[in-house]
Amino acid sequence: MFGKLTFQAIPYHNPITMGAVVGAMLLGIIILVLITYFRKWPYLWNEWLTSLDPKRIGIMYIILALVMLLRGFSDAIMMRAQQALAVGASQGYLPPDHFNQIFGAHGSIMIVFMAMPFLTGLMNIVVPQQIGSRDVAFPFMNAVSLWLTAAGALLVMTSLGIGEFSKAGWSGYAPLTERQYSPGTGVDYWIWSFQIAGAASLMSGINFLVTILKMRAPGMKLMRMPMFVWTTLVTNVLMIFAFPVLTVALLLITLDRYLGMHFFTNGLGGNMMMYTNLFWIWGHPEVYIVILPAFGIFSEVVATFSRKRLFGYTSLVYATVAIMVLSFCVWLHHFFTMGAGPNVNIAFGISTMLIAVPTGVKIFNWLFTMYRGRIRFTTPMYWTLAFISTFALGGMAGVLLSVPPADFVLHNSLFLIAHFHNMLIPGTLFGFFAGYAYWFPKAFGFPLSEKWGKRAFWCWLIGFYLAFIPLYILGFMGMPRRMQHYENPAWHPYLIVAAVGTAVISVGILCLMMQLFVSIRERHARRDMTGDPWDGRTLEWATASPPAVYNFAVIPVVQDVDAFWDMKERDVAYQQPTKYHDIRMPKSTAKGLLTGGFTFLFGFSMVWYIWWLAVLSALGIVFMVINRACDDNTEYVISAGEVEKIENERYRLLASAAANRAAEGV
Amino acid sequence: MKRKSTTVFLGLASLCAAFLLTNCSEMLVLNPKGPIGEAERFVIYTAIALMLIVVIPVFVMAIWFPWKYRASNTKATYSPKWSYSARIDWVIWLIPIGIITALAILVWVETHRLNPYKPIAFSVKPIRIEAVSLDWKWLFIYPDHNIAAVNQLVFPAKVPLSFRITSDTVMTSFFIPQLGSQIYAMAGMQTRLHLMADEPGIYRGQNQQFSGAGFSHMHFKAMAVTQREFDEWVQKTKQSSNKLDLARYGEIQKPSIGYPVTYFSSVKPGLFGHIIGKYNSMNMKPPAMKGKYGSAQRKNSLSEES
Repeated sequence: MFGKLTFQAIPYHNPITMGAVVGAMLLGIIILVLITYFRKWPYLWNEWLTSLDPKRIGIMYIILALVMLLRGFSDAIMMRAQQALAVGASQGYLPPDHFNQIFGAHGSIMIVFMAMPFLTGLMNIVVPQQIGSRDVAFPFMNAVSLWLTAAGALLVMTSLGIGEFSKAGWSGYAPLTERQYSPGTGVDYWIWSFQIAGAASLMSGINFLVTILKMRAPGMKLMRMPMFVWTTLVTNVLMIFAFPVLTVALLLITLDRYLGMHFFTNGLGGNMMMYTNLFWIWGHPEVYIVILPAFGIFSEVVATFSRKRLFGYTSLVYATVAIMVLSFCVWLHHFFTMGAGPNVNIAFGISTMLIAVPTGVKIFNWLFTMYRGRIRFTTPMYWTLAFISTFALGGMAGVLLSVPPADFVLHNSLFLIAHFHNMLIPGTLFGFFAGYAYWFPKAFGFPLSEKWGKRAFWCWLIGFYLAFIPLYILGFMGMPRRMQHYENPAWHPYLIVAAVGTAVISVGILCLMMQLFVSIRERHARRDMTGDPWDGRTLEWATASPPAVYNFAVIPVVQDVDAFWDMKERDVAYQQPTKYHDIRMPKSTAKGLLTGGFTFLFGFSMVWYIWWLAVLSALGIVFMVINRACDDNTEYVISAGEVEKIENERYRLLASAAANRAAEGV
Repeated sequence: MKRKSTTVFLGLASLCAAFLLTNCSEMLVLNPKGPIGEAERFVIYTAIALMLIVVIPVFVMAIWFPWKYRASNTKATYSPKWSYSARIDWVIWLIPIGIITALAILVWVETHRLNPYKPIAFSVKPIRIEAVSLDWKWLFIYPDHNIAAVNQLVFPAKVPLSFRITSDTVMTSFFIPQLGSQIYAMAGMQTRLHLMADEPGIYRGQNQQFSGAGFSHMHFKAMAVTQREFDEWVQKTKQSSNKLDLARYGEIQKPSIGYPVTYFSSVKPGLFGHIIGKYNSMNMKPPAMKGKYGSAQRKNSLSEES
């Protein structure tokens, strides 16, 4: 009846896991009780859970990302604490069985359930507005993407309390993930959560590629698109080409595990090297998928806060596209030590280094954007400045690793861990934090506290250096990654420093929470009435904060790269149109949420071999999709009169903001 | 802004300080004891030096530009429309291209020179060693001497070592940091590695690729000794009562942590080839499936054959 699922699957014997499970459940219950107490269910259901508005979907994506950031970071603290303790006679507090789950969960969560939802959320909030559009191309598919991602994340969270997570690392190298070596359910949780989130990402990629190519405002040629839109476009292309490879790799390992096939097994014709190739053909573009949108954010931020046009726009576009092409030509650098001949290693080593050229060009473009600017040091700018120099350091480590003979001694060491965290924390995460602070007033109508933002920034930056510089050194000392225990006392002091760094970062996370709390408390005093709190340059600042559901009452006409700056200069930015038209927008629907729910059930039942439930939930997914496809009545009309009323209110706010400014000027 | 630059400098300074303060002998990769490791250290230093040509200006500009063009410094030039300069564009594309070209030449030359499959040219005939990675231990077979050892590698310094490496479990990576290059060990396949120690000493050897529950304990002492000591060790090992036949191998192969160092006075001929071959033989029996989900299916395959 319940497949492999029994009460033994619940880890009663492990107090740490049970503590986390009980804590998470208590928190969940408190939230549910509060929602019920304040009678917010109808609001939550109608305005959020069933919404097809990309701005709302984007916010939900980012909430998911922040929650998963907390989970992934808890794993990081536990790993660092274990390695700070487990030297010589001490075994630390985590047995291998638990430690090996934690590093796999940390990597899986941070990449697939933190970075991906964060970037998709920012894309959802910003891209339609930046291209002067009211919506995305496929609003329902967008909701399905969100709820599939959430289903995948829920599956990972479920593995905490029911069963276990994979003990084979986030990259799941075969044959360790074959059932001969990993007979438990952990690998299956990893497979199905990745598979589901991968499908969601593929759909997001298609959706935003079509949105950007087909729904730009008149006059916005490709070479007039904001940098964030360009980097998103390139990321979408990468998603569309890379994710199917992951899907296939996971499918093949699923066939091995479930049906006893031999794609990647040791014997009987299996070839584990093929898995490694397939994984990194997705995995390497994946790091560009998460980092390129952050490059776009830095480009927007640096131009806005230098109050200057982005330097070398064309150069930046070509550099981005060059990275897109090159990112598919480098995957073998993840396994130079597999025994390929020198010519193969040389080809992939050089193609890897070549990426440093367009990336270097980008760095110089940002630097020259600041040159002869008027720089305001806001929180987003802090993240950007820290990124530029820190990223240069990580890039240097990356190019070093791309030299095969250097990789022969640094591969799989903590040097590698330091390198890719040095790319992904300052590159991706700082970028997303910059975007979070930069676009928060757009999404919610009030800016975040600068004071707490800067406190968070300093904790993150100092914590980052403390946590990862020791790892570079440990790499030179020969320490492998993923060690639950080690004998060498010389490594110990560095691991203590790294653990202290993690503690400093956790203060940074507390500051981010505090920032959110303080800013929400002061939201009325902080209210941004202009919709343009930073004196922005691109079209998203032309809408109200938060924007009306249709973003633009009248679709703007674009005449320049910095479209909104250009409008402000021509004095047409705030001219109220004389006439409005009816606007058609997609209706809310629960079908996206239900599809996600069925997908979660499907993943869960596949993990536990509950075949009847797997069949039923798969039918449920198919039914939801067909049902939606047969629904012809998916839009509603906002009448011209209603639009006028909303817009009049917006212009009233604008006028009062202008009056306030004038009064302050006096 | 001042605080930010201070932090960056502090970070870099602490990095440099850490390098200086660390007991140099602990920086295994930067303190090699053999020609391969030395050549790889040279590659690391050369690559870093080349990259600093572009990275140092970035650090300087990343601190100097924001400082100079801060909004409060109204004396600084402000050119809000200035967004392109062909000269700068050329420089920012060509300088990285130049450095990458230099690095590419380094990669070409050094990757060929340090190909792990290439024998070390040396006046002494190399010693052949067959290394097998197991859950979670290493087995070293000396075909020239017909002896073997578990979890300890003894070899003469100043003699090239010619490794054949395979795995009888998941993918692992054979690595002695102070001697240089690592290489993967994979079941059913053989990889090659050539190393040499310049001086006697006890070096750390380890599995560099995560391989499951006992991974952290999968390390061994790589002992470089003088030729005379090595000959003595071979003689001593020959006296051992342990013989490595298929039954004994089946026992070693069972997953275990902290397997004691064991010497074997003789080895079943062709054992290494047999370990590789059992994954490739077309008429091999399918492994016995034990239990509902087939765990530990392969454990018994050898003993069944023998």
